[in-house]
Amino acid sequence: MKVLVAVKRVADANVKVRPKADGSGADLNNVKMAINPFCEIAVEEAVRLKEAGTATEIIAVSVGEKSCQEQIRTALALGADRGIQVEAEGELQPLAIAKLLKAVVDKEQPDVIILGKQSIDNDNNQTGQMLAALANFSQGTFASELAFSDGKVNVTREIDGGLQTVSLNLPAIITTDLRLNEPRYASLPNIMKAKRKPLDVFTAEELGIDITSRLTLVKVEPPAERAAGIKVESVAELVDKLKNEAKVI
Amino acid sequence: MSILILAEHDNASVKAATLNVVAAANAIGGDITVLVAGSDCAAAGEAAAKIAGVNKVLVADNAAYANQLPENVSNLVVEIAQDYGHILAPATTNGKNIAPRVAALLDVDQISEIISVESADTFKRPIYAGNVIATVQSTDAIKVITVRGTAFDGVSAEGGSGSIEPLASVTDAGLSSFVSEEVAKSDRPELTAASIIVSGGRGMQNGENFQMLESIADKLGAAVGASRAAVDAGFVPNDMQVGQTGKIVAPDLYIAVGISGAIQHLAGMKDSKVIVAINKDEDAPIFQVADYGLVADLFEAVPELDAAL
Repeated sequence: MKVLVAVKRVADANVKVRPKADGSGADLNNVKMAINPFCEIAVEEAVRLKEAGTATEIIAVSVGEKSCQEQIRTALALGADRGIQVEAEGELQPLAIAKLLKAVVDKEQPDVIILGKQSIDNDNNQTGQMLAALANFSQGTFASELAFSDGKVNVTREIDGGLQTVSLNLPAIITTDLRLNEPRYASLPNIMKAKRKPLDVFTAEELGIDITSRLTLVKVEPPAERAAGIKVESVAELVDKLKNEAKVI
Repeated sequence: MSILILAEHDNASVKAATLNVVAAANAIGGDITVLVAGSDCAAAGEAAAKIAGVNKVLVADNAAYANQLPENVSNLVVEIAQDYGHILAPATTNGKNIAPRVAALLDVDQISEIISVESADTFKRPIYAGNVIATVQSTDAIKVITVRGTAFDGVSAEGGSGSIEPLASVTDAGLSSFVSEEVAKSDRPELTAASIIVSGGRGMQNGENFQMLESIADKLGAAVGASRAAVDAGFVPNDMQVGQTGKIVAPDLYIAVGISGAIQHLAGMKDSKVIVAINKDEDAPIFQVADYGLVADLFEAVPELDAAL
């Protein structure tokens, strides 16, 4: 079984990103970049499928500028066999990314495509579902457990208020939620080895995909600030404030 | 211009999230049609018709929609989409599952989790865990949007008199099937609907200690939530997670216990009306957003709070 994993380069989860002073976008100057945490979970799941003998080959794909090769190398160090970068300048909308990934799916014909449920930069939560629609594949979003058997996969999904299990025909799109697994760290020898693994580069033009969007970013601004309140000295004072000042209990 | 809303429902009733979406639709302006796709869902259809401001309800009642599998429901929505200028869904796990599939099939960009309507084509939405608010404008002929419920006060569930029309069309994509569902049974309110939430973080140390919070929650009629750190550590299940990638809440009172206040957590609760933080680290970032902060060991303060209520 061939597995395609999509990874995205995003600002590190621990960085508090702020708007640029001119409101034209988020300020990413000198910000540490990393693989999107949910994409890391996707790579880990693919590697576990290979270790279990379910998957035979893992291809890591990323859409973006040349710098995203760093995140593809991270995926290769974690256990992916080869990489594909789809070169595209500037910020792309999820629909454009899904179209580019669809072109890669057509080329590679994977049985399973695993993506993060959302990227922590634009918080869209769209790409996996859109790719599933464009490819006319089944989808198992917000996955916390996968079980493959007889050409199908049972996906346990994290839904509001509980868990849902669906059975999907392959090829299937899976998007990862937090509890699917705990990603490993890449070992130094594997990081060195990853440098020699193959990495192909295609451009959107070569794939024949139109990536223009009808969505424009008008401006960005900081959120309304919430002022810090007061410190109370005791539980008794806290209860008194909640009852008599805030009147919420 | 007409607006189509995907109802959040369980076949028997319409969930409150739908009421928030109707409020967002009112801000856009136009005739409002609600789609109830389900199985044996006539009751949900009738409930949707009573929502204030709803003009029409389309009821697609078929086994193929029983569990609202996105492969089937998205095809149904696309069949009727051309009659509408906007398609709105709540930013619930169900709405997030279906709406992007609809958008891609229509070849339009989706606008996720809007928090305000600036005009019929311009919306605000949070990015970077809510640290940046983006204003985006769409020139797509059909705008597919998910709505963050906490940002719009829900309309009344009563008082409307929309017409009800059956939709005979059946679209079974044959790609997926429902196996099972485990919905956590609890007498406490749902996180996103609760007016008071008591949440625990890594400071709780283990899952058993959450019983201390449950005891307080029961006295206050509150829901119990958790930070991502507590979920990551395996203390509690993911459906309790409040934060950027969990649930977004805005109750009247949010009590954060043993939660440091990571960006990801603040993104999910900082619009709460009153925030209380109990943490032994006085430099914890949670105190920067708390109305009332108590620097104390939670294992002393929480039982004391329980006794005082």
